[in-house]
Amino acid sequence: MNEITPVAKPQSGPACSAPMSAPLTKAEEGAPLCARAPVGMLCELTHRCPLQCPYCSNPLELERVGTELTTGQWQDLMRQAAALGVLQIHLSGGEPTARKDLEDIVRVAAEVGLYTNLITAGVTLTRERVERLAEAGLDHVQLSIQDVDPENADRIAAYKGGLAKKIEVAKWVKEAGLPLTINAPIHRQNIQNVPRMIDFAVELGAGRIEIAHIQYYAWALKNRSALMPTREAFMESARYVEGVRDKLKGIIVIDMVVPDYYAKFPKPCMGGWARGIVNVTPSGRVLPCHAAESITHLVFDNINDKSLADIWLWGDAFQTYRGTLWMKEPCHSCPRKEIDFGGCRCQAFALTGNAANTDPACSLSPLHAQWAKVAEEESHAAPPEFVYRRMGAAKTVEPAGA
Amino acid sequence: MSEPQPRVRTIVTGESRPSMPRHIKLRHDAGRGRWIILAPERVFNPDDTAVAVLKLCDGQHSVNDIAKVLSSEYQAPVDVVSADILAMLQDLSDKGVVKA
Repeated sequence: MNEITPVAKPQSGPACSAPMSAPLTKAEEGAPLCARAPVGMLCELTHRCPLQCPYCSNPLELERVGTELTTGQWQDLMRQAAALGVLQIHLSGGEPTARKDLEDIVRVAAEVGLYTNLITAGVTLTRERVERLAEAGLDHVQLSIQDVDPENADRIAAYKGGLAKKIEVAKWVKEAGLPLTINAPIHRQNIQNVPRMIDFAVELGAGRIEIAHIQYYAWALKNRSALMPTREAFMESARYVEGVRDKLKGIIVIDMVVPDYYAKFPKPCMGGWARGIVNVTPSGRVLPCHAAESITHLVFDNINDKSLADIWLWGDAFQTYRGTLWMKEPCHSCPRKEIDFGGCRCQAFALTGNAANTDPACSLSPLHAQWAKVAEEESHAAPPEFVYRRMGAAKTVEPAGA
Repeated sequence: MSEPQPRVRTIVTGESRPSMPRHIKLRHDAGRGRWIILAPERVFNPDDTAVAVLKLCDGQHSVNDIAKVLSSEYQAPVDVVSADILAMLQDLSDKGVVKA
């Protein structure tokens, strides 16, 4: 069995003849839509959030509540997604439970056959709401934790008493019969607690835990020197995870996302640009990945103006880096070009100024040595204060660069 | 937690009666012409054998029953089928796709 994880990759089947090495051409327009449809859709329902984690994946420019799509617009998007061939939706934010109509969105998604996953910090949930979400057809809950040490968790999220509330939420989720994943973002200020986080997830009855080393975009890039663990600390935690994974086989699934500053090859970001995942922002902007707006020359379409299928297939932002034809050297002639797709376009843009360059996470990038040195130096220096994720906060500090 | 759950690895045996938990969904994806298993933040692509086995994972059939059914269907020795199925179901149980 082929497992597709964590970012699903569309596989060719009898109905899928579209080549993925090139941007789509109009000649393929007649082919079945589903053949090259995204497998997953990440829905940022809102950018509102009671937490202020300094590694938030939302853009530095947060979208305001007044611009958010309506209930009806999200419901329509669910119908469009199912018709296009999307299989799973991830309801995220901000904090998705800040939307009072979350149940109404989940209900429609479940009705049209989408597998629904709620990605939440949990602190605003009640037992009744968890029950209502389960009744509406929710399939799975991913609950984030900031740390297992309550004081440190409060400090990281700039929110008091979060951990105790999350323990309650986990119990309600299990009581509602829903499967639970614990998501633990890892960085230099909590990496020493990785073993305790895994124990914590087992105690809560989670079926899965993500040891999610921070990826350095947006807020996390701004806070990189406050978050980057040393290579030694990363290696120690990675060795621990590899060892304990086997011991906990059949009890909990442990997935680890590694920090690419310490990798030899880049990650196949999003499973390849515009290949398997689509992201929708609170205001309805449709993106190839949640960080794509950081590539300032790309033009993004809005679901208010065009259909999801039209944007996915023909949208400028999707077509620009779809496939492999846009690649320069060393990617262009690289045997790994359809394995990692040259890594992450957003990281290439942020750190080299050109999104078509090789991701500096790749050891073949001319900038790799310089880039790895940044991690080495920052991780050994005293960490600066966090720049917390809140409206306008990003403007108060100079952007981090390589 | 007030009631700690028993958290031990399930070992699949011939007498186990495997089933798929509510949150695991085996579906035919007509658009892509294949079977898929939808799981938390995962999509699995089961092969034909796995699909045949999973369709019999109803909590009623034991692993031995499933082996007999498939052994006659595929005209293969039951002990070979049985060993293959046990290994497959143990793997799926470890991944949380079936409970036994």
